[in-house]
Amino acid sequence: MRQIAIYGKGGIGKSTTTQNTVAGLASLGKKVMIVGCDPKADSTRLILHAKAQSTVMDLVRELGTVEDLELDDVMKVGYGDVKCVESGGPEPGVGCAGRGVITAINFLEENGAYTPDLDFVFYDVLGDVVCGGFAMPIREGKAEEIYIVTSGEMMAMYAANNIAKGILKYASSGKVRLAGLICNARKTDKEYELISALAAKLGTQMIHFVPRDNQVQRAELRRMTVIEYSPEHPQAQEYRTLAQKIYDNKMLVVPTPLEMEELEELLMEFGIMEAEDESIVGVAESAAV
Amino acid sequence: MTAEAAVKYVTETPEEEVKRVSAWINTEEYKEKNFARQALVINPPHACQPLGAELAAHGFEGTLPFVHGSQGCASYYRSTFNRHFREPAPAVSDSMTEDGAVFGGQNNLHEALENAYTIYKPKMMAVFTSCMPEVIGDDLTAFIKNARNKGIVPQDYPLPYANTPSFNGSHVHGYDSMLLSILQTLTEGKKIEGRCTGKLNLIPGFDCNTGNYREYKRILKEFGIPYTLLADISDTFDSPLDGTYRPYPGGTKLEDAADSINGKATLTVAPFASAKTFAWIKDSYSGVHASLPTPFGVAKTDALLLKLSELFGKPVPESLKAERGNAVDAMTDAHQYIHGKKFALYGDPDYLLGYVSFLLEMGARPHHILCSKGTKKVEKEIQALLDASPDGKGCKIYMGKDLWHMRSLLMTDPVDAMIGDTHGKFAARDANIPLFRFGFPVFDRVNLHRAPLIGYQGAINMLTTICNKFIEVVDETCEDRKFEMMR
Repeated sequence: MRQIAIYGKGGIGKSTTTQNTVAGLASLGKKVMIVGCDPKADSTRLILHAKAQSTVMDLVRELGTVEDLELDDVMKVGYGDVKCVESGGPEPGVGCAGRGVITAINFLEENGAYTPDLDFVFYDVLGDVVCGGFAMPIREGKAEEIYIVTSGEMMAMYAANNIAKGILKYASSGKVRLAGLICNARKTDKEYELISALAAKLGTQMIHFVPRDNQVQRAELRRMTVIEYSPEHPQAQEYRTLAQKIYDNKMLVVPTPLEMEELEELLMEFGIMEAEDESIVGVAESAAV
Repeated sequence: MTAEAAVKYVTETPEEEVKRVSAWINTEEYKEKNFARQALVINPPHACQPLGAELAAHGFEGTLPFVHGSQGCASYYRSTFNRHFREPAPAVSDSMTEDGAVFGGQNNLHEALENAYTIYKPKMMAVFTSCMPEVIGDDLTAFIKNARNKGIVPQDYPLPYANTPSFNGSHVHGYDSMLLSILQTLTEGKKIEGRCTGKLNLIPGFDCNTGNYREYKRILKEFGIPYTLLADISDTFDSPLDGTYRPYPGGTKLEDAADSINGKATLTVAPFASAKTFAWIKDSYSGVHASLPTPFGVAKTDALLLKLSELFGKPVPESLKAERGNAVDAMTDAHQYIHGKKFALYGDPDYLLGYVSFLLEMGARPHHILCSKGTKKVEKEIQALLDASPDGKGCKIYMGKDLWHMRSLLMTDPVDAMIGDTHGKFAARDANIPLFRFGFPVFDRVNLHRAPLIGYQGAINMLTTICNKFIEVVDETCEDRKFEMMR
């Protein structure tokens, strides 16, 4: 069983990419489970055709205790026999969402969700590794392969680099490794070259460049992956290719995250960012001469 | 005892190695390594904030201490008081568990408030927190407002609350925060322009010696000064055994506490255990405000009596003047047994300052002074006491250190006795010196909390305990030919 965690900046398309890739793996005949680790709980809707799956923490809230919960209550099976679980969490602004992820994953482990017939477990994790709870999927004995979803946008690259820093911390004490960047293209300038260069700097690879295509949105409106909605569409082929590449991937590295200056140099090299003009920093428009 | 029944070492370590290490941990070399230690604390002589908060709550009439957090934490505070006072310490918790940690503790708090209010009928519940809700950022202000709006408790029911994270500060800080919140809650809207109760508000601070409270009250009675203690745990933890169980046997009356804002004077005798409370009082309370060190020994008791005399325009009563004379006589009679003796001390800042000035008065040397949660300010004040006496020369202060550090000090630079609490008994045993249990908690002796340490009586008590112990040691260890009637 290979356990894989998907990280990346919020809104970058982690859940969409994960579900399409998982659907790709399922279409290749693999047995997969998705564990959504985000209180928003939107990691499985395309596989289940559901608005929202009832989450582990929803049921804990109803029952008042995790002890009375049963695996069948929280695990649903969707397209391609993909098993789906969502950790869920508290309302925004209260409690501890990170602890919710820990509680949910502990529950899955203790109740035998990780069956030997599974080929893959995918963790789709909230944008930033804000606290220990969101690093739960990459603790010892869990996911050892991490893919970071990014794009050619500056903030997505900053986030990817930050996540690499987090991975480095866990990699030095355990088996977790960076397995590649997935570029979810936003059609920014020189995106392919830029992310390839970033991957090289991080000591990893851009495992796949997923072009932007509105077919993804058309499928999403129907709560489906492209693979299920239009298996013959070229975009479906892109996800199948990504799935195959992940299946074949042997390049697992301890990342070499960049210093801020290095990252900015990279952006300048590709003309994304201008050389900094210190004279304009902090000067309001009205005050500028 | 048969050979099989004898204690066996769990490890295979050879006997010689055990002997070598046992000797090595007493050396100067080991002490240096011990003091270089950074990532580990061993037997620190302080408790956590919520424990202090609970003590403050117990000091008010009909008040139920309420722990917002997990049950185990609540049991720890209660059992610590149980063991020290050998009395029940009724308190409740809202029993946060796994789901509470994820969703936040509002439901737990509300359900527990409703239950406790209905079942135990307290006049006030004082809410404080354990670590878990602090880590997840529970918003007590909002939770309690919501509880009132939902009708769980009446709108005007007193529900003071304090954030008391255990991973920060010590029991002394928790005491201060809870006391502050209780006073703020009870006095809200009670300040009346022109009103003066004519009373003294006395703040004893975190003090688990019920005898001390009685002694303060006796002194004030001798003076004829009406008073309100903020707060008074003496009857809570030292109530008569008459066959009837009373959940709230003592504490300062809530109406007296509410009216304390119109007091004639407010005096803290625990500046470090009431720093936040006193700062707020200075801005909010009518009358004069004064701060004095805890009155251990003659000089500090003199200062207290003179201050009382000044604040209330009354002469120091003859009875207390006579007591002072008795104390001085007791000191004269006993001084030869304590003069020049070296002591190791540890405890809370206010108590430590008290021990130091008492010992210096007796010509004893407070040789090692250790505080696990001391600040620069505490250190400065202790140093000032040491500098003012020839017996303070060469005495050293160790801030932020624990009782394993203390053990190294005792083994490399021996002293004659130690003053602290039960936690020091292992180090004292290794160093083969007496331990005087004046601090908190005391788990292994009875009734010590009934004998006051403050005031002239307290000085006589401490002196008697210490000197007789030294004499006893001589009796127990001397050769037969030196075993004499007279000592």
